[in-house]
Amino acid sequence: MALAQAKQDATEARVASLTVPRGGWSEPARQDALSRLQAMGLPHGRDEYWKYTRPDSLNSVEVPAARVLEHGEPPVFGTRDRLKIVFIDGVFDAEASDDLELEGVHIDRLAVAQDIHWAKDLYGHLEAAGQKPVPRPLAALNTAFATDGVLIHVTGRPSKPISLIYRHKSETSDAILHNVVKVDAGAEATILENGPAAARFNKCMEIDIADTGTLHHVRMQGRDHERRAVSHMFSRLGRESTYKSFTLTVNGVLTRNEQIVELTGDDAVAHVAGACLGDGDFTHDDTVFITHDAVNCESRQVFKKVLRNGATGVFQGKILVKEGAQKTDGYQISQSLLLDEDSQFLAKPELEIYADDVACSHGSTSGAIDDDSLFYLRARGVPRGEAEDLMTIAFIAEAVQEIEDETLQEEVVERVSGWLHRRRG
Amino acid sequence: MLEIKNLHVKLEEEDKAILKGVDLTVDAGKVHAIMGPNGSGKSTLSYVLSGRDGYEVTDGSAELLGEDILDMEPEERAAAGLFLAFQYPVEIPGVGNMTFLRTAVNAQRKARGEEEMSSADFLKLIRAKAKELKIDADMLKRPVNVGFSGGEKKRNEILQMAMLEPKMCILDETDSGLDVDAMRLVADGVNALRNAGRGFLVITHYQRLLDHIKPDVVHIMADGRIIKTGGPELALEVEKNGYEGLKEEMA
Repeated sequence: MALAQAKQDATEARVASLTVPRGGWSEPARQDALSRLQAMGLPHGRDEYWKYTRPDSLNSVEVPAARVLEHGEPPVFGTRDRLKIVFIDGVFDAEASDDLELEGVHIDRLAVAQDIHWAKDLYGHLEAAGQKPVPRPLAALNTAFATDGVLIHVTGRPSKPISLIYRHKSETSDAILHNVVKVDAGAEATILENGPAAARFNKCMEIDIADTGTLHHVRMQGRDHERRAVSHMFSRLGRESTYKSFTLTVNGVLTRNEQIVELTGDDAVAHVAGACLGDGDFTHDDTVFITHDAVNCESRQVFKKVLRNGATGVFQGKILVKEGAQKTDGYQISQSLLLDEDSQFLAKPELEIYADDVACSHGSTSGAIDDDSLFYLRARGVPRGEAEDLMTIAFIAEAVQEIEDETLQEEVVERVSGWLHRRRG
Repeated sequence: MLEIKNLHVKLEEEDKAILKGVDLTVDAGKVHAIMGPNGSGKSTLSYVLSGRDGYEVTDGSAELLGEDILDMEPEERAAAGLFLAFQYPVEIPGVGNMTFLRTAVNAQRKARGEEEMSSADFLKLIRAKAKELKIDADMLKRPVNVGFSGGEKKRNEILQMAMLEPKMCILDETDSGLDVDAMRLVADGVNALRNAGRGFLVITHYQRLLDHIKPDVVHIMADGRIIKTGGPELALEVEKNGYEGLKEEMA
């Protein structure tokens, strides 16, 4: 069959261009991921899961070039006390990074972690589990070929966030990083991520949160217009644990962010949220799969997209409630604000429920800025541009409010204001 | 203050004339009331003056302090000193009431070339004004008008008026949907703003609001024109005989 052949050819070509790092504790998982990748093949535009977002430029051997944007503004999270870990085009930068020492957490790097490592039981395991029922080949590719990444074991309550900074300096860089996060019972940490990372970035994060553990994740994907990124966040939540993840994306020609959440312990809470703003050649895809496999768990998906000048937004979100997952509280909302008639939003909300005592709601809307509100603001003296910005920030507010830390919320809003302001010139 | 001459307005989308030659002059320090039946064009007049889309001025003029306002953007009219208290204040989820007001106050100041108000000064001022209108701190923090009762929305309009200190205030059926107590509170708020430098145009169906906000001049509007002008006693006449009686008298 032509499709199968095309997929196989693309997969073989890409695999041949990469090298599985040899030796060490992660190799069996990498070899396993490689054979899984070869069996499933790289994604193709004819695959149902890639119907709305073309995967070609994420698959190709050649990396489409991406210019490096000169940012003339203060760095994200710049004023905040944090433990910085810096990668430039996917390569660890020891000079720019802090010592990886912080009370309440053990941090290693994937590329140098020796011997029998705790991450051995997780690396590639959550990713492999997350391949069912939908294959995620670019995540398997990541597990097989990741050149580095951060292994974070949270044992207590570190006093400051762990901040992963991904800088982009080469126009043709192709970075593959794989992070593993393990949160012990009762432990709590915040992980920040920011930066465009590379011309093309494939990032995987596997997150295992033990009973009563908490992880906050706030990400701001870099502003470089031409960069491409695919990311997978696989999380597994134990009893009474909490996982809250928020992503802000401005610019980037192509972004596909997948969140695969498995609620395996009773009374667990998972909130995944995102806001994106795109202008022109911009495709942003949020693909979420949340599995309720325990009693009385809560999940929220809140995704907002602001699109203009032909930008495209995609949302594929699913809540799967397994048999016996009673008292599930699932909420899903995906909305787009279309600032002109050229932009489009494609949404595929899904619910699949096998328990009879659950509350699941979902909604999806597309719309323009409300004329009555706009007039009201202008009648009070707020100029049109500023009024539109206020309305835009109001539109994404529900997603931003999923961030627990209010100063982080403010930082996100500030970024968005800056972006909007520059658009108006 | 406000000078409207021979104003003709039609709907933009259809060939329907709404205002058919309105002449009206409001002097500084005066309160004018416009009364009239439904469909007479009262609200259209307020929208046209504040710059809402959907209307086309086919003839005539409107000047605020000698400046033609009909070609201005709504925000320019606001900065020039015009304020419309909406009949139906708009709910804006996600925009905090306080943020909204601070943005508006400073945008107007900026447009007039004045210095922006500091956060501290703004807070002090809004707290004092809110207290007079019995608007609590929670209402200030909530998104603009979201979840406000009818009375709270109207009080919020008056709060905005008090903060923005406009020169010419148009109140579009501010009494609609208010009970007696709420109306008194709103009227007190308006009366507190009356001064020699400010003009008011109070649009209403009923005489009862004018018991609380005493007008200097009363106009009766019907079918897109002002058909009669008089003193406060005119409002009482309407209350007694209805608009039909007046129309017959005019015919």
